[in-house]
Amino acid sequence: MISAVRFQRVSRHFGTVRAVDGVSFEVADGEFFAMLGPSGSGKTTCLRLIAGFEQPDAGHIEIHGAMVDDVPPYERDVNTVFQDYALFPHMNVLDNVAYGLMVKGTAREERHRQAEEMLALVELSGMAARKPAQLSGGQRQRVALARALINRPRVLLLDEPLGALDLKLREQMQIELKALQRRIGITFIYVTHDQGEALSMSDRLAVFNHGRIEQVGRPEALYEHPATAFVAGFVGVSNVLDADLAGRLAGQAQACAIRPERIRFVDRGEVPGDRLCTAEGEIGDVQYHGASTRYQVRLAGGGELIVIRQNARGGGNGGPAPGASVRLAWDRADIQPLRDAAEDAKP
Amino acid sequence: MPQVGWSRRLSSSLYRRPTLFLLLLLAPPLMWLGIVYLGSLLALLLQSFFSIDEFTGLVRREFTLRTYGELFTPANLDIILRTAAMAASVTVTAALIGFPIAYYMARYAGGRIKAFFYLAVMLPLWSSYLVRVYAWKLILAKEGILNWFFERLHLSWLLDGALALPVVGGASLSVSYIGMFLVFLYIWLPFMILPIQAALERVPPSLLDASADLGGRPRQTFRKVILPLAFPGVVAGSIFTFSLTLGDYIIPGIIGSSRLFIGQAVFIHQGTAGNIPLAAAFTVVPIAIMALYLTLAKRLGAFDAL
Repeated sequence: MISAVRFQRVSRHFGTVRAVDGVSFEVADGEFFAMLGPSGSGKTTCLRLIAGFEQPDAGHIEIHGAMVDDVPPYERDVNTVFQDYALFPHMNVLDNVAYGLMVKGTAREERHRQAEEMLALVELSGMAARKPAQLSGGQRQRVALARALINRPRVLLLDEPLGALDLKLREQMQIELKALQRRIGITFIYVTHDQGEALSMSDRLAVFNHGRIEQVGRPEALYEHPATAFVAGFVGVSNVLDADLAGRLAGQAQACAIRPERIRFVDRGEVPGDRLCTAEGEIGDVQYHGASTRYQVRLAGGGELIVIRQNARGGGNGGPAPGASVRLAWDRADIQPLRDAAEDAKP
Repeated sequence: MPQVGWSRRLSSSLYRRPTLFLLLLLAPPLMWLGIVYLGSLLALLLQSFFSIDEFTGLVRREFTLRTYGELFTPANLDIILRTAAMAASVTVTAALIGFPIAYYMARYAGGRIKAFFYLAVMLPLWSSYLVRVYAWKLILAKEGILNWFFERLHLSWLLDGALALPVVGGASLSVSYIGMFLVFLYIWLPFMILPIQAALERVPPSLLDASADLGGRPRQTFRKVILPLAFPGVVAGSIFTFSLTLGDYIIPGIIGSSRLFIGQAVFIHQGTAGNIPLAAAFTVVPIAIMALYLTLAKRLGAFDAL
């Protein structure tokens, strides 16, 4: 099967800044693919390369098997939902949505009919005559979505589309977007810096850092088996142990990560063995997070671990208080070995 | 209790009454605008409804439309049409020349190049208007540098051909409408470039990306997105160039033939001729033209994007 989008060692430089640095990945047709990373990690540049707003300095990009190196944005079968929505302020909602058809020369009645359909799809039927300035952030977002979908692209690019919305609306839109993608069955490439969003929505995600991809995989795979310290720290919360600390705690001198919810407080009676690792420490800071409580544990021999425990009914969970001496334990299977930093730096 | 100074007390009491504070701040400029500016305009409008007694030469303070009727005598109508035609051609040409410059300044120029362009556009405004007009008179004169250039380039036939044209031509550029047009264009061009540049600067680049993304070719993006959004700037610039040309009485006096323009007519009627009502009526003409123009621009949707 032909990939929807394929990057072959693509680089894009701005002056001395390597925004995208030899990136290769493939997005399958119909997939919800997230590109996750901090700002400046190259994910948005990758999106702009797919859309055609940027040209690669090296490497090649294929869209549905066709090389698009010399294809301008207006001839590519992809559409974009912009971060700031980029709605045309001088047109009403209907004309904004119908724009893609207008530039293709579709007759006014036909394009307005299709635009009405698209507005119905995003539940904005009554808003056709309004100007973008008269809409709320969530409504603008939907207009941008309808406008991008009217050309029936096979790939939809979304650049932090929910970034400007408040939390409640964002969660609602996450569900709606995912449902929409399943219904229309086209490829979504979704740029975000919100790891929760990437984990919950995508079929697969790529984690970007410094213009490179650190890891690509399914959300569970990335969460359970982060390949690098960066991925372990960026996707969810993680205890990243350097080789020294890992050697002391787990008996293997290799950098590794342990998820804080996999560490438990145990009685003095539990001893380390083939399956179990233990450590002694003292509780530092305790943070109540509603559903869980987060403990910072200073280890006896130096270093520190984060432990997260679900809260039970009644608010507390009977956990230790700050200053208490505790023994920690975790399964060896929960130790996730990481590629070391030197290996990270290799292209 | 520490003693609170009167200025502190005043400022805190004003802080609690923002409307009063605003009123105090706005009263002087509003009075200036209301009395001095609008008041004199009103007085002018009033004058235009008076007429002059042909025997005594005194102003008859009775309401009449006779003075407006006088505007439509062939000689006066000629003046109005001549001025309006000049203003219109200067405005259209200024927009055509100004737009690409403004577009380059707003979209492509950065850093030093942009500063250079700003300077180049503004620099002429730093020197005296009169000096610049007289400089142009020398440039355009028969013995002037422009003629010399045309001669050197063996293009004198072109210049002579242009000057041989009826109405707009003349003995030399400095006494022709072509010359006057060039000077008007030079003098008012900055007032066209700057508003267009400001309007283009406000167009977010993502809108251009969005248009291309949706399939808009560069031409379509220009026509459907850039131009409509820059249009308020073009209208603002054209208000400047149009009204400034309509009202100017110095350039037509120095460059061009002895045929009158509105500004000169106003000058003569209120001065030597002492016909203040007719001068006032002449002044109303540019106001009426501008009002008409703005209404038309609004109809065309020039301000929809504001």
